[in-house]
Amino acid sequence: MNKKLLLETIQGIETGCKVHEDTIFGYAFASDLMSDVLRTDAENMILVTGLCNLQTIRTAEMADIKCVILGRGKKATEDMIELACENEIAIVESPFSVFRICSELSRNGIKYLY
Amino acid sequence: MLRLEFHITGGNFNSAGEASSSLKKTLKQLGVNSCVIKRTVVAVYEAEVNIVAHAYEGTITAEIDQQSIRITVCDRGPGISDIDLAMQAGFSTASQRVREMGFGAGMGLPNIKNNSDNFSISSTPGIGTTLQITNLIENYETENCA
Repeated sequence: MNKKLLLETIQGIETGCKVHEDTIFGYAFASDLMSDVLRTDAENMILVTGLCNLQTIRTAEMADIKCVILGRGKKATEDMIELACENEIAIVESPFSVFRICSELSRNGIKYLY
Repeated sequence: MLRLEFHITGGNFNSAGEASSSLKKTLKQLGVNSCVIKRTVVAVYEAEVNIVAHAYEGTITAEIDQQSIRITVCDRGPGISDIDLAMQAGFSTASQRVREMGFGAGMGLPNIKNNSDNFSISSTPGIGTTLQITNLIENYETENCA
């Protein structure tokens, strides 16, 4: 899934650093538990979460995740955006629930990990 | 050999992960295999969060040479009275605040062990806890982490 389809599918709005135009996402993982996220191992994976704090971005950094979708209309804080940009992590805000985001991503070809 | 040392303050969630981030940048600069970097920083990040979540303060020391990365995590805190129980996935004594930060579900120590080639833990209740983590750099010759 490319950036354009990703944003359309979930009514996503990029905040801070942008998703690289040539990135193709293959997998997504949804969790509010960061230790679970740290157990994942897939390239070009999207993290879908309702957890909106600095540790969300730190976890993405450690897990080599380059795109974080915040569900339920959550807004990234300034310090989250700053840390994300330092690590070339894109934050996408969506008004949809985490469940609906996953459903829409799956319907458009994004695979699950487990 | 390169030696790095980080001081961690308990309870300071805003800075939790800074040591792990700094270590990750150093390992990248050294050209360490990306799989080894990820395993190491995941283990160290979980350990760093544990210090912030449970201890008063602690230090993370990393010793890096061509063969391995040796991490020592030493905290001053309440310690762990039953290590076997603490190592069980799902067991946690974390506060509500820690859970709100996305941690505290009892996966930290198992994650650290799973991402270490060699792992040991010792603890004295009322004094603190020490972790030893060693990851071998030469374990991975390709970009395939499996």
